[in-house]
Amino acid sequence: MKKILFTGFLLISILLSLMVGVMFIPINHLFAPDETEKLLILTLRLPRTVSLLIAGAALSVSGLLMQQITQNKFVSPTTAGTMASARLGIILAMVFFGQQSLLHKTLFAFVFSIIGTILFAHFLKTIQLKQSMMIPLVGLMFGNVIGAFGTFIAYQFDLIQNATSWLQGDLSLISSENYGLIYITLPLMLMIYLFSHYFSVLNLGKQQVTGLGVSFEQIEMIGIMIVAIASAGVLLTVGNIPFIGLIIPNVLSLKSGDHFRKLLFPTAYSGAVFLIWCDIFSRIIVHPYEVPVSLTVGVIGTILFLFLLLKGERA
Amino acid sequence: MIELTHVSKCYGKESILNDLSAMIEKGKLTACVGPNGAGKTTLLEMISRLNRTDSGEIYINGGEVNEWNSGNLAKTLSILKQSNQFTMRLTIKELVSFGRFPYTKGKLNEYCHEVIERSLVQVGLLEQADQYIDTLSGGQLQRALIAMVLAQDTEYILLDEPLNNLDIKYSIQLMKIIRELVDVFGKTIITVIHDINFASAYADNLIAMKDGKLFASGPVNEIINAETIQSLFDTEVEVIERKGKKVILYY
Repeated sequence: MKKILFTGFLLISILLSLMVGVMFIPINHLFAPDETEKLLILTLRLPRTVSLLIAGAALSVSGLLMQQITQNKFVSPTTAGTMASARLGIILAMVFFGQQSLLHKTLFAFVFSIIGTILFAHFLKTIQLKQSMMIPLVGLMFGNVIGAFGTFIAYQFDLIQNATSWLQGDLSLISSENYGLIYITLPLMLMIYLFSHYFSVLNLGKQQVTGLGVSFEQIEMIGIMIVAIASAGVLLTVGNIPFIGLIIPNVLSLKSGDHFRKLLFPTAYSGAVFLIWCDIFSRIIVHPYEVPVSLTVGVIGTILFLFLLLKGERA
Repeated sequence: MIELTHVSKCYGKESILNDLSAMIEKGKLTACVGPNGAGKTTLLEMISRLNRTDSGEIYINGGEVNEWNSGNLAKTLSILKQSNQFTMRLTIKELVSFGRFPYTKGKLNEYCHEVIERSLVQVGLLEQADQYIDTLSGGQLQRALIAMVLAQDTEYILLDEPLNNLDIKYSIQLMKIIRELVDVFGKTIITVIHDINFASAYADNLIAMKDGKLFASGPVNEIINAETIQSLFDTEVEVIERKGKKVILYY
């Protein structure tokens, strides 16, 4: 029963996302579109909806995995320098190989986001922060330092406009031509699922996990690589969507606890649905114009983040 | 049987364990005692391979510990470290099921559920199985962790100061559970204990350590006498006997 309800809601969200926009497509036309509508659906609405679903799920699950690896509820790709490092990689690729080379941008984004995340994880191990709230704040600072470095380079090479557009999560430019890279996150999500039991036991901490015959370092490294590549993949297609990797797992864990594998599917589902609705909202609030979805998510996310922080403070 | 031969370990210039040789008898409760910094925790870590030896060998059932396949070792020997702090909210049952990981890599089959339930019964937490661990008292959490180690169902169990932070009631309760595991279920348990009287009352054998060296080892009754304990802890003590147990008075 619950499953039918959840699937139904997902379908409604998808249909709505296909219908809403500058040109409204009524539901009966969705299944028998005329030429213009067909073009619109296939080149814009469908790629956009697919990107939303995958990006929402991928970012939320990445956040969940990162929280599991660091054992800190406030770590996510945004608050661990992953996104900022990927952006730096993209800027450097544009400097060295020109703005059009998607291959170089992709590779640089992957490598830099991995290095950045490993640096942050290493940093966390070296300094023992007393308050868990300090970790995301330090991560944000770390990300801002890397971001500033990227912005500096971008200014030097007259790329600032281009670099800023990467930072803004915006789906209005998504079309069937340029969204393919988002699919790279699908095999990564599958890997997270396959390794989910290994990630689950990380709750026990390094030594206790070793006692179960699991190599903590290996699992940690696999997790960091997956998160970094998935985040970079989303950044390259959809752009940066802040906080979603933080709020979705946290809100869900309020009710169902922190068992990684049990949270995996609810997190992916809620992230996807949440992002679709934020985007639908972004498309109608100033219709026929639209605001970037990152703005909507940012506003809702900040409020929820503050709420969670204060709640954590009290506990 | 676990056999240690000439085990040494240094951190930099500081020697933690120095040429330590000892035997740990099967099916017995062995308590590891000694003053702070004697190397008791390090010893447990070496036996469970959380920490490597610099020199010397440790044999578990005849095989050198570093030769053991880590999956098989996890099915033969389990360790519960001291001070387990959790930032994540898990239920007792979820925590205890982690103990089954070496066997099924996370998927729980029917036998797993049986073992988990049995472990929960043994520590008296079956009814609270779905409670979150952040709502538990220190004693309950410690019992939940013991249940997790029990679910791992290993021949050898190493416990690093399991009585830490427990008051007298829970300490006794836990020692009784440990005793039962040895007497009824035939486990071989090695535990670091700070309170010498708990060691005296419940253990079969003692390994007394001082400054990284083996100070004395053998059955409790042979080791516990005023002279040995006095020089082990550098403190004047008196040993009296009550109901067949030796009690050490140190104040």
